[in-house]
Amino acid sequence: MARVQRQPDARDVAPAVQRLRVHFAKRGRLRFTSHRDFQRVFERAVRRAGVPVAYSAGFSPHPKISYIGAAATGAASEAEYLEISLTERWAPDVVRKTLDDALPPGFDIIEAVEPAPGARPLADRIDASHWLVTLGGVSTAALAAAVDAFMAADTLPVERVLKDGRRTLDARAAVVSLIARGEPVGFPAEPVGEASGPESGGVAETDPVGRYAILDLVVRHLTPAVRPDDVLTGLRLVSDLPPQMSPLVTRLAQGLLDETGRLADPLAPDRAVAAGSPAAAGEPVA
Amino acid sequence: MTAVLGCAAAPDSVFPRLEPLLMQVSKPVQYVGGELNSVVKDWAACAVRWCLMYPDAYEVGQPNQGVQILYEVLNELDDVLAERTYAVWPDLEALMREHGIPQFTVDAHRPVGAFDVFGLSFSTELGYTNMLNALDLAGIPVESRDRDDTHPIVISGGHAAFNPEPIADFIDAAVLGDGEEIARTVTGIVRDWKAEGRPGGRDELLLRLAKTGGVYVPRFYDVGYLPDGRIATVTPNRAGVPTRVSKHTVMDLDEWPYPKKPLVPLAETVHERYSVEIFRGCTRGCRFCQAGMITRPVRERSIDTIGAMVDAGLKASGFSEVGLLSLSSADHSEIAEVAKQLGDRYEHTNTSLSLPSTRVDAFNVDLANEFSRNGRRSGLTFAPEGGSERMRKVINKMVTEEDLIRTVTTAYAQGWRRVKLYFMCGLPTETDDDVVQIASLARKVIEAGRQASGTRDIACTVSIGGFVPKAHTPFQWAAQLDHQTTDVRLAKLRDAIRADKQYGRAIGFRYHDGKPGIVEGLLSRGDRRVGRIIKQVWLDGGRFDGWSEHFSFDRWMNAAEIALANEPVNVDWYTTRERNRDEVLPWDHLDSGLDKDWLWQDWQDSLSEVEVEDCRWTPCFDCGVCDTMGTDIQIGPTGRQLLPLTVVNGKNG
Repeated sequence: MARVQRQPDARDVAPAVQRLRVHFAKRGRLRFTSHRDFQRVFERAVRRAGVPVAYSAGFSPHPKISYIGAAATGAASEAEYLEISLTERWAPDVVRKTLDDALPPGFDIIEAVEPAPGARPLADRIDASHWLVTLGGVSTAALAAAVDAFMAADTLPVERVLKDGRRTLDARAAVVSLIARGEPVGFPAEPVGEASGPESGGVAETDPVGRYAILDLVVRHLTPAVRPDDVLTGLRLVSDLPPQMSPLVTRLAQGLLDETGRLADPLAPDRAVAAGSPAAAGEPVA
Repeated sequence: MTAVLGCAAAPDSVFPRLEPLLMQVSKPVQYVGGELNSVVKDWAACAVRWCLMYPDAYEVGQPNQGVQILYEVLNELDDVLAERTYAVWPDLEALMREHGIPQFTVDAHRPVGAFDVFGLSFSTELGYTNMLNALDLAGIPVESRDRDDTHPIVISGGHAAFNPEPIADFIDAAVLGDGEEIARTVTGIVRDWKAEGRPGGRDELLLRLAKTGGVYVPRFYDVGYLPDGRIATVTPNRAGVPTRVSKHTVMDLDEWPYPKKPLVPLAETVHERYSVEIFRGCTRGCRFCQAGMITRPVRERSIDTIGAMVDAGLKASGFSEVGLLSLSSADHSEIAEVAKQLGDRYEHTNTSLSLPSTRVDAFNVDLANEFSRNGRRSGLTFAPEGGSERMRKVINKMVTEEDLIRTVTTAYAQGWRRVKLYFMCGLPTETDDDVVQIASLARKVIEAGRQASGTRDIACTVSIGGFVPKAHTPFQWAAQLDHQTTDVRLAKLRDAIRADKQYGRAIGFRYHDGKPGIVEGLLSRGDRRVGRIIKQVWLDGGRFDGWSEHFSFDRWMNAAEIALANEPVNVDWYTTRERNRDEVLPWDHLDSGLDKDWLWQDWQDSLSEVEVEDCRWTPCFDCGVCDTMGTDIQIGPTGRQLLPLTVVNGKNG
């Protein structure tokens, strides 16, 4: 009557010896992937590439990869972050290149850095996002008027369906800056690659007649998060913008908001330490 | 909307028009393509262009082995391209119709109507309405007779193609059996016909296909009916068209090691693993099992090919799970070696191995143990299929209650916590008592399991599916149980399990109502008149009939009433009616190799509760397949090894 106990042997689990912070982009048609889709694709790329990722112990071991604040399905991003733990030390740039080669075009690894000893968690270096939203069927002038009305409002409650039912968020409270533009300034180029083929990516063609407009937006991360969609809803509340504007949303940056309203690169302190000038990091060691 | 057949200029991608709509639909990633190992070839450089469809949602269709194999087999030919399309959900369908966007492939987003051949793989008949919808969205007339030289040739395959009569009006051709070789044969015929300047148009191309004897072209056969509604005759109406069309059998699976480069989806799908068929065919002789009847004989893939495929497939995909597929995987002559050597190779790599295990014996538990070396022993599935000893004799599932108890006892004793038992309801000659006996069987399983494991923390799930008689099986003559009786019988079983104060709480019970089974039965054994019902259902909005939230029994019954108004037959006639020996069955002109007299004898043996052995280990019992098809049983052991063994340890080399 011996009860059979099966415990996984902890000695089987190779310990993590290195942690890397990875900055990556989600571009073109891959903006339609959900965060879960990206996770699966990334974990498979890690396996194919033979990057020695560490696994958690237990009955169903998981690769030790943590994701920080993923952009929503449908939004492209130039500024996504994750952390990965390895069982062997690899040069960060080798990891960057190996993973970038293994990932489909559109998921592009921009940088990998090793965090400085005692560095603050990545999540603590991010409290806002910079977004660019291209809107179809709207003139820059109409959008500018809506933006003025939006910024003039004290609060702009908008409704959204969340997991726990309908919630009302204040779209205005989270917005640090909001600008209507006619030119896609700083908009990332479409990646060239096999999967892009002859098809269009997520970038609208420049239209001199002005049937499109661009919204430049900095949003503070609050709970629950206010997304570019919510800001669009808010803009419609204070103007007569059309309901369907086929928005193309791209996150340009994430980081800590400084007094001037700019975002500090969350990897800059680690990069500075890695480059041998901890003083330049400008971050107190925790 | 449709391009000229085989036009040299590449049709425009629909993606620029599709993309702005994608944020309005659920799970847009399923429509964007871009999967690892997908192929986009130069349109103009290809002489023959195939569009392949699994007519269900992407999440179900993408992992389909048949489509993936053909996709690779065709794309390996220099002057041939193959792309894929799947059923679009109603939210996108509405937008596509509103914006005039045609059915498209996910590979290069080309319109389906521009291809030369549109091949659909049906593993279930419930995809028929999705086919009509895809044709319509593609701008291809849904009825074969309305198509002209600008439209693709529409070919169906898969297990349901063994009785394609219900969709005879909608397809141009059907292919029975293994697709690897015949897909290339069809390609060659299309290539030659196009190179010759398409002599005789579409009709000539179909005739050339039909004359091979391996492609069924329904329009070249006339069906005559008796006054009572039964079929009188099925006769060819063209010179050179064979009286019977044969199935295809790939004899050396080692020559066809596909998929080599599995398609890896961006979207979440139902099976995310590298699957390798370890053999095809099954001669266990379960009488309800169409797959086991139509895929004979058994042809094993050798252990070294399996080893090489798994190695290459995992490297090409990054999958962390391997599925060893077949109709009864534990029956591979070297399965123990396959299991042990794969287990050794992938130990400590977080790669899991799975074997759809259904056979009820202790050996299966040993295999399952081998496959769960690192992982948790959670659940094991066994399929006794019949609830009573008597039923198991009727269906030729040779498992005694003793076998079952011994097997589950072994499983529980070795640390497995949950055993799932799969049964069928509505089998020929079945009574309420045969089904209610499942409750006492489950009770004995829990009792034995608690003793063997020394814990009360074990469970048994009873899962029941409704039996649907299928073409080319000994039960093709049987009456299907009506859905009302099915539901009553299942309710009695549910009550019997719930009434068990001592063990009932440890027994889970899963079942479905009997209505979808009636529609499946109608489509499985239907004839050409059933096509009118399918079309009516589609016109009435029927789509995704395999999904309970989209399936409507009433829509099917109403459509049948309209479509069969002037016929002496109705849904009951197709489903709950037992057939006589002399009745011409709608699929008699389609040759699975099985001798009709042998099937009849097996049906009679079934009614007398006489069992038939497996011909792999006993003398041939003359089912007819090998003689008719020129095939033979191909099994090991080969005595070879999996691979020159290198233990993968998860570290980078």
